[in-house]
Amino acid sequence: MNTTAAAPPVTTTAETAFRRPNYLNAAYGVRSWLLTRDHKRIAILYLISVTTFFAIGSLFALLIRLELLTPEGDLFQPDTYNRLFTMHGVVMVFFFLIPAIPAVLGNFLVPLMIGAKDLAFPKLNLASWYVYNLGGIFTLWAIIHGGVDTGWTFYTPFSTHYSNTYVIATALGIFINGFSTIFTGLNFIVTIHRMRAPGLTWFRLPLFIWATYATSVIIVLGTPVIAITLLLVAVEKTFHLGIFDPALGGDPVLFQHMFWFYSHPAVYIMILPAMGVESELIAAFARKRIVGYKVVAFASIAIAVLGFLVWGHHMFVAGESIYAATIFSVLSMLVAIPSAVKVFNWTATLYQGSISFQTPMLYALGFIGLFTLGGLTGVMVATLGFDVHVHDTYFVVAHFHYIMVGGTIMGYLGGLHYWWPKISGKLYPAFLSKLAALLVFVGFNLTFFPQFILGYLGMPRRYWSYPPEFQVLNVLSTAGASILGVGYLLPLCYFIWSMRYGKDSGDNPWGAVGLEWDTTSPPPTENFYTTPVVTHGPYEYNREEVHNRMSQEVTLG
Amino acid sequence: MASSPLVDPHATQAHHRALAHQFDSLDQQKESSTLGMWLFLVTEIMFFGGLFTAYVIYRTLYPQAFALASHTLNVPLGGANTAILIGSSLTMVLAIWAAQVNWRKGIALFLLATIALGATFLGIKSVEYREKFETHHVPGPSFHFVPESEHVKVTDPQLERHASIFFSLYFIMTGLHALHMIIGIGILAVLTVLAWKGKYDSEYHNPLEMTGLYWHFVDIVWIFLFPLLYLLGAHAR
Ligand SMILES: [Cu+2]
Repeated sequence: MNTTAAAPPVTTTAETAFRRPNYLNAAYGVRSWLLTRDHKRIAILYLISVTTFFAIGSLFALLIRLELLTPEGDLFQPDTYNRLFTMHGVVMVFFFLIPAIPAVLGNFLVPLMIGAKDLAFPKLNLASWYVYNLGGIFTLWAIIHGGVDTGWTFYTPFSTHYSNTYVIATALGIFINGFSTIFTGLNFIVTIHRMRAPGLTWFRLPLFIWATYATSVIIVLGTPVIAITLLLVAVEKTFHLGIFDPALGGDPVLFQHMFWFYSHPAVYIMILPAMGVESELIAAFARKRIVGYKVVAFASIAIAVLGFLVWGHHMFVAGESIYAATIFSVLSMLVAIPSAVKVFNWTATLYQGSISFQTPMLYALGFIGLFTLGGLTGVMVATLGFDVHVHDTYFVVAHFHYIMVGGTIMGYLGGLHYWWPKISGKLYPAFLSKLAALLVFVGFNLTFFPQFILGYLGMPRRYWSYPPEFQVLNVLSTAGASILGVGYLLPLCYFIWSMRYGKDSGDNPWGAVGLEWDTTSPPPTENFYTTPVVTHGPYEYNREEVHNRMSQEVTLG
Repeated sequence: MASSPLVDPHATQAHHRALAHQFDSLDQQKESSTLGMWLFLVTEIMFFGGLFTAYVIYRTLYPQAFALASHTLNVPLGGANTAILIGSSLTMVLAIWAAQVNWRKGIALFLLATIALGATFLGIKSVEYREKFETHHVPGPSFHFVPESEHVKVTDPQLERHASIFFSLYFIMTGLHALHMIIGIGILAVLTVLAWKGKYDSEYHNPLEMTGLYWHFVDIVWIFLFPLLYLLGAHAR
């Protein structure tokens, strides 16, 4: 991006890189990290916490897949198995998938991408990390004492009157964690509205910012509803009230409505930021502007809005009226339109681009394939008749894992690989990282594609044993999960390795455009040496075009 | 990358002691915190919105039980509290006015008045709560509800269950509202001390305005709670 930021000499050698003041060497010691207000350091803190919870959630997944290796329930008691898949869902959804991209990459990049010194509310940002960990401690406490067995959905009246597990502690953990998400989303909205660099108009914003903005809107509107819902569950369980208990006159389906009013849009909290990352990666490694930039930007907003109108598709078999169900079914299918628009625009961007298959690009291409499959099966389960058939089977499990794991985690890892030189100033091993990307893609498909077939054949979710004829596909799935696990462990190892032994990356190893690449890597504490002035849109890889437009503007002016 | 001298359009104001490093000007800082506060209030609306939805749904499902149960609430006390809260919003606005005209002690005085009115509200609320405990209208093992109506006099277990949902929602809604009041009073207390020390003047009193927004919001929640819980169907008494 053409800015007038006057940076120190951009050429970087191994010796000079870390002598330059940056946010990492600005201060040392635990205190300087725990009390930091620098959005980049808070992003690192989040990276550590989120990775920890991802490891915990993965451990549960591993145990689930081990149990499902054989048809008999031979490793765990059914009760234990119920707790395992519940804790897997709770930890992954609330403590990894929702915060991962916004709190790590968003925190790091939003101020950099809009030419600001920090987020609007740095103290609130730090508070959000502490609140996140406080919520995490509640949940971990519940896990250590035996966990929860209600499923991550906490359906009443089972959760409020029959389950003897740690529902209240877990619900409070999620309730508290919700505040941290709200703090982050609120901070982003204000920052994007009020802190953009001079000249950075809305249609000059990178698509990652548009996606983050749309995500933040969902966070602000949706999270309070799950907060009050889980608070009601905790209160009902504590004082034996009857708000959701049919035996006491309450309505359990009301709980489902309130729960999914948040938890469906929550899927877009997970996938929209990944779509934002995707746009950045495709543009950078195809060396082209994203085709139909404005359409992709508005598609994010459209997904955010439509996302609030489809929650009823989770209650097709819960006694919902046929009229409501039909409307929810049609609205759910409508979400496919902005999603498909994005996929078409990314592929159109690839067309005639100068594509280079760097590691982040491998994740980006994987994302397109997996997200497309997840999205198309989403249209299938949105169809009323088909959903009745596959409801509560592994088909649904496979569908949402294609979106959440195939989409969100691919985007998250792709983004981490793309911005790692910006974050750490270091390069990771190219071959090893490409191998890891390949392992993730292969392992993922091997894990979850068989589950589509299993579900279609009728294997219900959330059971610790199954009929023997399902074993082959389940063994494939478990084998895939082990490959996937290796694919996830590798980046963890070489990222940590690169911090000490990696080659210095220079300021812009990809030759990418974007305000974040106009400053040094790692950036100084205040991000830019002088406030950048922006004169044109993002992704201007075609220099000639930039020149033409600028001279046009001059003539027009 | 051309390196030309930069004029930052935001950096025209002189540096103020209250200006945080990430902002270029006090104006930008004020705009940001105002937007942030409104967004926070949006989250509050969604939070209470969930409760209001539940209330409206059950009121529609069990109109008779809800009407009978709501008749046991003390309308004069609730009405008095409504007036007190509206009064406290007035004193809150007067505190901001005092800041605008640079009457520093006036800020602290009006903030104190706001705290006093808020505390009075909570006092009256606790009298009402005690009344509910004494009449066994608190949901739980000792809950007991016999309607004071001409039409229904005997204990009806189903009606009793539905009334218990009314009282559950009553306590949760007014309880969360009271919690917001308590938090507000805590913030007001801090502001009073700071105002007394002369931290706010006509140039800088942003925290007062933000707290004012919050306080008015809590006030408005009550203005919805009062008719919904106390007054709906009161003519059928
Ligand atoms: Cu959904």
